[in-house]
Amino acid sequence: MLQTEQSYTDFNDEAVLEQNFRVISPGRMVAKRFFKSKLSVAGLIMIIFVFAFSFIGPMIIDATWGYKETQVFRIERVSDMVTTADFTGPDGKTYTYFDKSKTVVLFKAPISSEHWLGTDTSGFDIFTRLMYGGRISLIISFIVIFLEIFIGVILGGLAGYFGKWVDQLIMRIVDIFASLPGLPILLILSATISSIESIPAEHRIYYLMAFITLMGWTGAARIVRGQILMLREQEFMMAAETTGIKTMHKIFRHLVPNTMPQLIVSATLGLGGVILYESTLSYLGLGVPFPRAAWGSMIALADPSKGQEILASYPNMWVPAGILIVITVLGFSFIGDGLRDAFDPRMKR
Amino acid sequence: MLNYIIKRLLLALLILIGVSVLIYMLSMLMPADYIDNQTAAALANGSMTMEDVNHLKKLYGLSDKSIIGILKSYLSWLKSTFTGDLGFSFLYGKPVKTVLGEYVWTSFIIAFISYILQIIIAIPLGVKAAVRQYGPYDYTVSVFAMIGTALPSFFLAALLMNVFSIRLGIFPLQGLTTATKVFAPDAHIRIFLDKAWHLVLPITVLTVLNVGSTMKFTRTNMLEVLNSDYIRTARAKGLSETTVVYKHAFRNTLIPLVTSLSSMLPSLFGGAMITETVFAIPGIGYMALRATLQGDIPFIMGYNMFLSILTVSGMLLSDLMYMVVDPRVKLS
Repeated sequence: MLQTEQSYTDFNDEAVLEQNFRVISPGRMVAKRFFKSKLSVAGLIMIIFVFAFSFIGPMIIDATWGYKETQVFRIERVSDMVTTADFTGPDGKTYTYFDKSKTVVLFKAPISSEHWLGTDTSGFDIFTRLMYGGRISLIISFIVIFLEIFIGVILGGLAGYFGKWVDQLIMRIVDIFASLPGLPILLILSATISSIESIPAEHRIYYLMAFITLMGWTGAARIVRGQILMLREQEFMMAAETTGIKTMHKIFRHLVPNTMPQLIVSATLGLGGVILYESTLSYLGLGVPFPRAAWGSMIALADPSKGQEILASYPNMWVPAGILIVITVLGFSFIGDGLRDAFDPRMKR
Repeated sequence: MLNYIIKRLLLALLILIGVSVLIYMLSMLMPADYIDNQTAAALANGSMTMEDVNHLKKLYGLSDKSIIGILKSYLSWLKSTFTGDLGFSFLYGKPVKTVLGEYVWTSFIIAFISYILQIIIAIPLGVKAAVRQYGPYDYTVSVFAMIGTALPSFFLAALLMNVFSIRLGIFPLQGLTTATKVFAPDAHIRIFLDKAWHLVLPITVLTVLNVGSTMKFTRTNMLEVLNSDYIRTARAKGLSETTVVYKHAFRNTLIPLVTSLSSMLPSLFGGAMITETVFAIPGIGYMALRATLQGDIPFIMGYNMFLSILTVSGMLLSDLMYMVVDPRVKLS
């Protein structure tokens, strides 16, 4: 941009030029291409919605009604229980026996104006728990992706720049980690953590993030290495070489920033994957520990192995959580695809 | 060519040894192993003493949890693995190899049928979406494909069970066979139909989840080919659009497609942990999840190594297929 402005000084009348040309910085060009695609705008709206829901929502609930995710509501409700049984009487006819009883149920309240989605099996407000669940999912996914990129940039940068045995060593480690079966290993690690009693339950989330990072950093490392192998042969690196700057500056000031477009795209696409991993672990009871809310553990209430009641009659307990997972993951992939097209129009996929 | 294959095989072996060290360390570090789980109740009511438990652990080779102890037991595990002995599963009371061999086929059949369906559905959709890039058809198909990949398997499974098993009652909820029905042992067709009926929903789940990525892959590669020079040449010499798309473009799209689809073949044996568990289908994934939660170390080791071997052979296969399918590729 600077260069173009300097060349303008050759002309006397800049105003005329302004009418004929418009200077657009590369960043604005990317933004323009991004917002041109309907899907990326849709993705952005979805993610803004989920963020507002999960971060502003709890504040509003807390400020207005003053309760949090673990507030138990005991709402009395009389439910009719009818059990039937067939038996053959002494006269040889078949009789049906009805046993009608009334029980008072405190939990599992239906949808009402106070509890928009009712309460769950523990008497927690489902709508509020959806917000807190989203918060934990989003925080975990962003931290994990940040750590993955951090490790990936350092190891991939070193491997790509130095080549030879450094590259060999790092890339073989990458190969090994990439060949580990993801979900089973995460299960082993999470089961280990949840059985160690000296680790408080609320710290389990931090271990969880570390484990998901451990299983996922190889992708970022491969991208950075591949890009740097290509970039280090280009002219601007020759120029950097001749100025005699430090190696670390060459790698992290000149090479790594050039890999950013690719990294941002893969990070955005990876966010959804982390959310799916986290919710799967929570579904199996190995993720975010009870009584904290997580989307995965909310869907786990519908697991038919624990009885069909909730799966069949209480869709308000598990369907919204699933829909929110889909919206979030879908939103991230729309944005990721949009960014990829915007960064490099030739790469349209 | 031969040199390249040998090099790749050696590399694969190196990766597998690294993987096995990592998995072994992890599973040995699990603080509660199978013996602890099984003897906890007996210890609590006093019918077993700590000494008995330690004796049991020694018998199973789980007593020494120092680094050197783990290293020693790892070396003995590695030695027996090379002779084809994967050890004895605590939980299932059979050799690990037998358990793997028994349950892998159920998983394979489910995965294979879903794989075939995936190919049949995804490729035509992907090709058509690429031809009509940015049209309404492209948007619709792409959005649906992405929704499929964004669905968690357990949520889709719960939705399908709610609609088709509970509300409509068309398909059974869980299991591989109907527990209340007794078949004569020679009623093969009826047993087969019963099992097939139970597998409809799990196969649907796997297909819906995976069809999106194959469709997107087809679309991407088709677009790449459609933008290349020889397609312009083909159009310029006046060929019909059908010939250009299906004869010139699609055939070249097949190169990456065949490579990636064949690299998926080994993974079909790996089992779908979550889907099998939700539907309570006794496949390899279901058995592995149970073993993992109970700390059955020999089975965990065997299963995870099996999965890693599948992954590594998938990578090898894709390299080899690339050479076979694309005559331009010559590797050194």
